[in-house]
Amino acid sequence: MRHIISILIENEAGALSRVAGLFTARGYNIESLTVAMTEDETLSRMTLVTDGTDDVIEQITKQLNKLIDVVKLIDLEEAVHIERELMMVKVRTSRESREEIKRTADIFRGKIIDVTVNTYVIEMTGTSEKLDSFLAAIDEDSIIEVVRSGATGISRGEKGLHL
Amino acid sequence: MELSGGQIVVQCLKDEGVEFIFGYPGGAVLHLYDALFHQEDVKHILVRHEQAATHAADAYARVTGKPGVVLVTSGPGATNAVTGIATAYMDSIPMVVISGQVPSAVIGSDAFQEVDMVGITRPCVKHNFLVKNLEDIAETLKKAFHVATTGRPGPVVVDIPKDITDPSIKVAYKYPKKVSMRSYNPATKGHSGQIKKALGLLLSAKKPMIYAGGGVILSEASKELIKLVQTLGYPITHTLMGLGGYPATDKQFVGMLGMHGTYEANMSMHESDVIIAIGARFDDRVTGKLDLFCPYAKIIHIDIDPASIAKTVKVDIPIVGDIKSVLKEMLALIKNGQNKINEKAVSAWWTQINKWREVKCLEYNRESRLIKPQYVIEQLYEVTKGNAIITSDVGQHQMFASQYYHFDKPRRWINSGGLGTMGFGLPAAIGAKLAYPNMEVACVTGEASIQMCIQELATALQYETPVKIINLNNRYMGMVRQWQEFSYESRYSHSYMDAIPDFVKLAEAYGHVGIQIDKPEEVRPALEEAFALKDRTVFLDILTDRTENVYPMIESGKAHNDMKLRVAIDTPINRELA
Ligand SMILES: Cc1cc2nc3c(=O)[nH]c(=O)nc-3n(C[C@H](O)[C@H](O)[C@H](O)COP(=O)(O)OP(=O)(O)OC[C@H]3O[C@@H](n4cnc5c(N)ncnc54)[C@H](O)[C@@H]3O)c2cc1C
Ligand SMILES: Cc1ncc(C[n+]2csc(CCOP(=O)(O)OP(=O)(O)O)c2C)c(N)n1
Ligand SMILES: [Mg+2]
Repeated sequence: MRHIISILIENEAGALSRVAGLFTARGYNIESLTVAMTEDETLSRMTLVTDGTDDVIEQITKQLNKLIDVVKLIDLEEAVHIERELMMVKVRTSRESREEIKRTADIFRGKIIDVTVNTYVIEMTGTSEKLDSFLAAIDEDSIIEVVRSGATGISRGEKGLHL
Repeated sequence: MELSGGQIVVQCLKDEGVEFIFGYPGGAVLHLYDALFHQEDVKHILVRHEQAATHAADAYARVTGKPGVVLVTSGPGATNAVTGIATAYMDSIPMVVISGQVPSAVIGSDAFQEVDMVGITRPCVKHNFLVKNLEDIAETLKKAFHVATTGRPGPVVVDIPKDITDPSIKVAYKYPKKVSMRSYNPATKGHSGQIKKALGLLLSAKKPMIYAGGGVILSEASKELIKLVQTLGYPITHTLMGLGGYPATDKQFVGMLGMHGTYEANMSMHESDVIIAIGARFDDRVTGKLDLFCPYAKIIHIDIDPASIAKTVKVDIPIVGDIKSVLKEMLALIKNGQNKINEKAVSAWWTQINKWREVKCLEYNRESRLIKPQYVIEQLYEVTKGNAIITSDVGQHQMFASQYYHFDKPRRWINSGGLGTMGFGLPAAIGAKLAYPNMEVACVTGEASIQMCIQELATALQYETPVKIINLNNRYMGMVRQWQEFSYESRYSHSYMDAIPDFVKLAEAYGHVGIQIDKPEEVRPALEEAFALKDRTVFLDILTDRTENVYPMIESGKAHNDMKLRVAIDTPINRELA
């Protein structure tokens, strides 16, 4: 099963490679990994999307916790949570297809953020699944470039991942 | 007090109470070596290869329980240390390795003798640090010692760029008394509810087994373990790393378990209904094929590292905590009345176990006219009255030592279990002898292993560490040869040791005593002679039966009740009886 794991980690050189290294050394999957500093500049927040049986996920969270730089983590799958990923898609347009692409982007609440005579750049956020659906809904041949941030997530309600 | 970086490092070591530092100099650590020159509190032991520095420091840690300390230069000095760091990591040994690094300004430029030590060691350290500022040295070293020695111990690398140890730049020095790290808070006390539940299950057992590992030694919990085992009257087995935790000569000890464990230990594990694993990590050498491992047992597991629990084997009652504290709590519950065991069933269980013991799985041909390696270890045990520290290399000789030298006390059996590092034995013996100059230290080795760190004979001479090298010379990489015999139709591909040096001359060339023997009746006198030479390192080259194999053996993919024995036996398991 797919799990989103949110990690608070010391904002130190090498912290990211400890996490990445752990995954390759132990043969775990990484679907995506995002990382940025938090409001507290000594801490980074990492969001890691992985896939595995319950046993594997249990080992992954234990091994991550064991890294000295990891301060705290949660498996978002265990809580009600919101997931968001940012995507930008550059598509080739023609006079005939322009309207159609715009309509489809609207349906997915995408925004057109750059326009040239024969291209659009569409910006879209949502769950990774929604972004996949959008890509499936437009003509594959029209896609010039896709860039995705990887999923991030946050739990709902009062509970949160903080110190 | 204003000190330079180099002086700070040395002062930190003093304040940490470090007795020995095992090292080898080079460009990036010259400032540090200069600081070492001006003092005598921290004794520097100059090895002949950085790998040996790490093994010697590691063994010092294993025999004393205190962290081993290593100092190496950048580049090749650092990479040479990696094998020893990985060895300590696999066996959870506390160690602090200080490596020099090229000056900060040239890091990343492929400077002379530059390697990314933090990157290279990342997968085989508990943690590592690159020190970026002179002001951070003291706190970083304090953290390094703290991380290395607490929780599940392990090696920590501190990489220090040369400019930071510059003698001309000084700052105020203060060694922190304590450190706290928000991201590192190892468990200590176990969960009381779990402990109570575990004891309940343990007391209800009909065929209980206590499976105790290296964690018992690391936790200094031997006393508590003995108390528990003897109060309950249950059988106990040890992993290779646990040996000495519980006295091997006691009747409740059924021997080591696993690949080369005893018949009775493995059969008992297989048939057991409740197993309590204490500081053991269900290593593959122990479990054999996982689906066939302990099919009837409910399992309790005490370990300080949550990641050790349920890693390979599912556990019914996990207890995360320090063994000493958990066992104390369990013993208190027993004292307060939670103590009724299933006596009738347990007595029947012992009857069964004693039947398995009758197989005498460690018997061997005592009439042979060739020296049997087992016989040498038995004699070594007798000559040293079971009181020596035995270090070992890796191979058949290691298994013979573990099977035939009965360790009654912790920290006496020093070997590389997890990584299985050939070359460990001799530098380890030196480290152990430095720690306990008044104890006998013997290194049980093979003619292949000893050649991997043979240069340390010079270190042994320089620092006057009279260890006894017991070389079980079978002219083969015996362990490899055994596998080839069993699994490759005896195609001995490159496992024959040719061009073996004359070890007697070699020992003499290094200033030691060399003795070679090849007859069984020479074994006892040679050992006595070697140990009588109190202040000399003696290399005892013993030409043993080259065809001898280690039994019992669970071949890979087999279950605990499917052992290869030396003598074919016919003892059907009596499940009714047990
Ligand atoms: C040639 C060869 C053959 C071998 N054959 C065998 C064999 O037949 N049988 C065998 O048993 N081994 C054998 N080994 C060794 C094997 O590879 C493993 O090293 C060994 O089995 C591991 O021992 P352990 O389970 O006690 O774990 P260790 O590696 O000693 O780990 C200790 C465990 O205790 C935990 N711990 C540490 N401190 C504490 C504390 N304070 N409180 C609580 N828990 C703590 C740790 O987290 C860890 O999980 C062999 C090795 C070689 C090289
Ligand atoms: C550094 C290293 N290389 C290779 C091995 C694989 N290996 C395990 S045992 C062994 C043979 C050891 O031979 P020897 O020291 O003569 O001991 P014996 O088995 O003959 O007693 C080898 C090559 C190892 N454990 N370590
Ligand atoms: Mg050999």
